[in-house]
Amino acid sequence: MSLLEIEKLSLNIGRVPILKDVDLTLDAGEVMGLVGESGSGKSMTALTVMQLLPSVAKAKGRVHFDGIDILAAPEPAMCKLRGNKIGMVFQEPMTALNPVKTIGEQVAEGIRWHTRASRAEAEDRARKILDRVGLPAKKFPLSRYPHELSGGQRQRVVIAIACALKPKLLIADEPTTALDVVLQAQILDLLRDLVDENRMGLLLISHDLAVVTEMSDRITVMRHGEVMETGETAPTLSAQDHPYTRQLAQASMHVPARAKIRGTEQPTHDLLQVEAVSRDYPGHRTSLFRKPEPMRAVDGVSFSMKEGQSTALVGRSGCGKSTLARMILALDQPTGGAIRFMGEQLTGRDEAALKPARRNMQVVFQDPYGSFNPRHKVERLVAEPLHTLEKQPQGSERRDLVARALHEVGLKPADMDKYPHEFSGGQRQRLSIARAIITRPKLVVADEPVSALDVSIRAQILDLFADLNQQLGVAYLFITHDLSVARAITDDVMVMHDGKIVERGKTSDVLGNPQSEAAKALVSASPDLRRAIAKRLQEQG
Amino acid sequence: MTIIADEPVPEPQPGFLALALRNRSFVVGALLTLFIAGMALLSFFWTPYDVTKLVVADRMLPPSSAHWFGTDQFGRDVLSMIMVGARASIAVALVAVVIGMGVGVPLGCWAAARGGIVDEVLMRFNDVVFAFPALVMAILITAIFGPSAINAIIAIGIFNIPVFARVARAGALAIWPREFILAARAAGKGKARITAEHILPNIANLLLVQGTIQFALGVLAEAGLSYVGLGVQPPMPSWGRMLFDAQTRMMVAPTLALFPGLAIVITVLGLNLLGDGISDVIDPKLRRQR
Amino acid sequence: MTAYLTKRLLIALVTLAVASVVVFSMIEIVPGDPARLMLGMNATADAVQALRDQMGLDQPLLVRYVDWVSRLLTFDLGKSYTYNVPVRDLVLERSVVSLPLAMIALALSTLIAIPVGIFSAERRGRLADTISMGAAQIGVAVPNFWFALLLIYVFAVWLHMVPAGGFPGWSAGVWPALKSLILPAIALALPQAAILSRVTRSAMLEVLGEDYIRTARAKGMPRNVVLWHHALRNALIPVLTILGLQFAFLLAGAIIIENVFYLPGLGRLIFQAITQRDLIVVESVVMLLVAVVVLVNLLVDISYAIVDPRLRTRR
Repeated sequence: MSLLEIEKLSLNIGRVPILKDVDLTLDAGEVMGLVGESGSGKSMTALTVMQLLPSVAKAKGRVHFDGIDILAAPEPAMCKLRGNKIGMVFQEPMTALNPVKTIGEQVAEGIRWHTRASRAEAEDRARKILDRVGLPAKKFPLSRYPHELSGGQRQRVVIAIACALKPKLLIADEPTTALDVVLQAQILDLLRDLVDENRMGLLLISHDLAVVTEMSDRITVMRHGEVMETGETAPTLSAQDHPYTRQLAQASMHVPARAKIRGTEQPTHDLLQVEAVSRDYPGHRTSLFRKPEPMRAVDGVSFSMKEGQSTALVGRSGCGKSTLARMILALDQPTGGAIRFMGEQLTGRDEAALKPARRNMQVVFQDPYGSFNPRHKVERLVAEPLHTLEKQPQGSERRDLVARALHEVGLKPADMDKYPHEFSGGQRQRLSIARAIITRPKLVVADEPVSALDVSIRAQILDLFADLNQQLGVAYLFITHDLSVARAITDDVMVMHDGKIVERGKTSDVLGNPQSEAAKALVSASPDLRRAIAKRLQEQG
Repeated sequence: MTIIADEPVPEPQPGFLALALRNRSFVVGALLTLFIAGMALLSFFWTPYDVTKLVVADRMLPPSSAHWFGTDQFGRDVLSMIMVGARASIAVALVAVVIGMGVGVPLGCWAAARGGIVDEVLMRFNDVVFAFPALVMAILITAIFGPSAINAIIAIGIFNIPVFARVARAGALAIWPREFILAARAAGKGKARITAEHILPNIANLLLVQGTIQFALGVLAEAGLSYVGLGVQPPMPSWGRMLFDAQTRMMVAPTLALFPGLAIVITVLGLNLLGDGISDVIDPKLRRQR
Repeated sequence: MTAYLTKRLLIALVTLAVASVVVFSMIEIVPGDPARLMLGMNATADAVQALRDQMGLDQPLLVRYVDWVSRLLTFDLGKSYTYNVPVRDLVLERSVVSLPLAMIALALSTLIAIPVGIFSAERRGRLADTISMGAAQIGVAVPNFWFALLLIYVFAVWLHMVPAGGFPGWSAGVWPALKSLILPAIALALPQAAILSRVTRSAMLEVLGEDYIRTARAKGMPRNVVLWHHALRNALIPVLTILGLQFAFLLAGAIIIENVFYLPGLGRLIFQAITQRDLIVVESVVMLLVAVVVLVNLLVDISYAIVDPRLRTRR
C-alpha cells in the first residue's frame, strides 16, 4: 500500500468542476512531481489532501493517506495529521508567516500542539529544526520576527514549520516560484536532503518542468483538472508520448528562430550610452536625529547598446536591474553618472525635453494584469505613447495606427473596442507589446516580460519578440532572472550583482562559460530541462 | 515548430448595474434613499398641511387619519414637518460632502503625486482637523458667528475635508506604483495628466463609497446640531429641532419623539446600505470573499 | 522603537501647537470687539475697557498668544467672565462628570463590539452573523441623542428604574451618581459599538483570508486556536485606529448627551458659555478637548507599536 493514494478524485466548487477523476499515488521516500499550467488543478489536489479547501468545495472519490480515509476524516482527526504527519510549504514566503509572532513561536507552536511538549522543550526542538534548515540560532535567534528576514530565509522558516515533526508526507506547492534561481537551487537542495534524511514522501507542485525533472522520481502531468500522463520522470519526458507532455516540454525548451546578428555588416553607432550611473536610496532611519545610511542600488554602471541589438540584463532579485531599467527609461533620476540615448542626454531634463527620447524608447512590463488601466478601452491604452509625438494623431488616423500595432502583435483590429479584462494573460502581453511599438521606437525595455506567463504562452511571446526584432529592427533590453529567456532571445548579456555589472559578453559565451562568481552561481543554479533529463537518464541507467 | 496554446479568455462579466441590482444591500439602500429624497422633493410642491401655519386648536393631536403622525405644540402637522425637514438634512449633508470632496480629493491626489514635504504637511494638517471633532468645530464657529444652517454646513464640511483627502491619498498611493502608471509616464505624461486620466477613474469607486458614508454621517451631525440649537433655525422645521421640542413633552405625546427619529434612522440606514452595496459590487476582493 | 515614538510625540506636539493657533485665531476673528461681544450692547465703555484689560486685548497679537499658551501650559485657563471664578475650577468640577461618562461609554462600547465582531466573523454568512450585523447596521444609523430619548422614555418615564436626568453629585454616594450615568453611557456606547463591531468583523475576515492563517492551519492548529492566537492580534491594528477616532466622536457625542440628560459636565459648560458669550470659557474648553483627542491618538500610536513588531524596528 502506498503512502498516499488518490483515486478518481473529483472536485467541484459551487457548480464549477475543478478536478475530474484524478489518480495519483506516492510512496514513502519518493518524490512525485506534479506539473501543469495555471488552472490545471495542481494546488487544489494538494489542498484536498490537506482538507484546507474553501468550505463550498465538494470532493468525491478516494483519498487515502497512511491508511486513513482523508475525505471521511473529521476535522479533529485532520488537525492531528496536519503539521504532524503531513507538512505543507506554500508559494509566497513573504506572506506565509504571521507578522506579529516571532519565528520561534511559530515553529514551536506546532510542536507543542502535537507533542504536548513543554515550552522549553518545544523551543529547543524549534532551535534544532531551524538550525537544520540553515537558520542557526546564533545568527537567527528564535526572537526574530518575519519582517527581519529575507524571502529565502522566510521560506526556510516555513519549511522548518512543515518538517519540524518529521512528517511522512511533505507537500510543496510552488515552493521556489517567488524566489530567484540561486535561492531556488538552495531551497530545492534543502528539500531534497530533508526528504532523504527522513524518508518522507514529497509531492512537489510546480509549473517549471526543469525544476520537477531535477527533483522527482516520477511525474504527473495535469491539465484542466485532469491527469494527462503519469510515469517515471526521465522516460516520460524523453519519450513525450502524450501530445500535451510533448507540448509542455517543447515549449519549455523553445528557442525562437532568429536570423544571425546583423552587427558585422553594418557597423551602427551607439543607441544608448550609460556612463558611471549610480542610484542611492535613503536607508531606514534608526534614529530620528541621525541621518540614515543611504542604500546604493546601482553602483557605477557603464555600458552601451547598438541599434537593433538585443541585450539581456540578468541577475538575482534585488541586484538593481529594475532600478537601472527605470533610470534608462527616465522614470527615475540617477544619483550620479549620465545616460545618453541617440546622442541626447537624458539625465536632468524636464518632461517636455524628454519627449523625443520617449518616442523612441518604450517599455513592456512583467504583469499582464497590472499593465493596463482597467477603466480604458484598448484603443486608448495602446495609443497612449502617441502622446510623445509632436502632432498627435486623432480619430481615424489614430485608429489606423492602433489597428496596425494590434495586427503586428497578432491581434485583431476589432479588439481595440474591448476592455483589458476581456483578454487572457498572453493576449494582454501582446497588447503591452503593441503599445510599446506603436511609435516605432528604437529601443524597447522589457522588464521580465514573460515570467508571469505559462510556458506555452511564454514561447509564443518570445517568438513575437524575435519577430518584431527582425521586422522593425527594434533593440531590446531584456531584464530577466531567467537565463533560458536570455539564451532564447538575446545576442549579448550583462550580469549584474550588488548594483554592479560584473560580466558582459556574447550570451552564448557568458552563459556557456561564466567567469565571475556571480555569473557562475546564476548559471549553475538555473534549471535546464535538457540537462536535467540527460542527468536523470544517466542516473537511472 | 509553432506552439498552439489555448488560453482561456475570461468570460464577459456583467456590468455594474446588473450586479448591483442583484445585491440586496444596494437595492434596499437605493430604495430607502430614493424614498427620502423623493419626499424632500415632493415637499417643495405639496405637503399635507402648511408647516408655516399655526393652528392652536389642533395642538398636540395624537396620530389620526387627518394627521397621520399627529400635530406638535403649535398645531403643525408632523408628517408635513418631517417632509420639509428632509430638505435641511439632505441639503446640509450634501453640501458638506461636496465641500469635503471638492477640497479633500484634490489635496489628497496632490499629496500622493508629489510625496515628500507636500505629503507630510498635508497629513499634519489632517491631524489638526481630526483633533477637532465636527461638533466641537461647529461649537467654535457658532460661538463666534452665531447659529445657522450655513455654519453647520461649514463645520461638517471642514470635517469632511481630511476624510476625503485621506481616502484619495491612500487610493492614489496604491495606484501610483502600478505598471500602467509607469507606462503612462514612459509615454511622457505629466503628474497632473496621469492623475486625471488614470488615478481619478480608479479611485472614483472608493470616493463614491466614502461619499455615501460621509453623507450619512452628515445627516446625523446635522440632526445633532439642530437638536442643540446650532443648526437649522426655526421656523424652518428640522428633524433635530423637532426631537428637542418633543423631549419636554414626552410624558404627554411620546409619538412626537418617535417619527422624526425614525426619519433620521431611515435616511442614514438607506445611505449606509447603499454604500455597502456599492462597495460589495465594485470591490472584486470582497466579492471573491462573498 | 524610540525613533517611532519620538516621531509620534513630535507630531502630537506639532498638532497641538497648530490647533492652539487655530483656536486662538478663531477668537481673534470675531467680528468687532470681543469684549463688546461678551458684554452686550448695553455695557458701559468703562466695563468694556475693564474686560479688555483683563483679556489683555490691547496688547500685540503675538504677545497675547504667547501669554495664552504659557498660561495654558501651567493649566491657568483664565477667569470666567460670567461665573467670575477661574476656568480651571469650572473644568475640574465638570470633569468629574464628563470623564467617568466617557470612560464608561468607551469601555462598554469596546466590551460589546469586539466580541460581537469576532463572533460574527467566525460565523460569517450564518444566521447569528446576519442578525448581529443587521442590528449593527441599524445601530450605526441611530442618532445617540434620539436613542437617549427612547431610553429615557422606557427606563425612566415608563419603568421608573433610573432618573430621567440630572446628577446628584458624587457626594450623594457612588451608586446614586453612577445610576444617573448609566443611561447616558448606554446611549453613547451602543451606536459606537455598532460601528466598532462592523470594523472588527471586517478586519477579522480580512485577516482570516491571509496566507499565514493557512500556514497556521497547515500546522494542525484548530480553527478556534488560529482565530484567537493568530488572527485577533493582526485584526487589532485597524480596530485600534477606529477606536482612536471614536474617542473624538464620543467626546463630541457626550456634549450632546449631557444636554439630553441635564448632566453638569463639560458639554453643558460649553453650551452655557456659548449662550452667555463667555469666550474665555469656550476657548479654554475647546482647547482642552482638542488636547484630549491628541493625547488619545498618541496612546493609539503607542499601542500600535506594542501590537505590531514591524513598527518597533522600522522608522
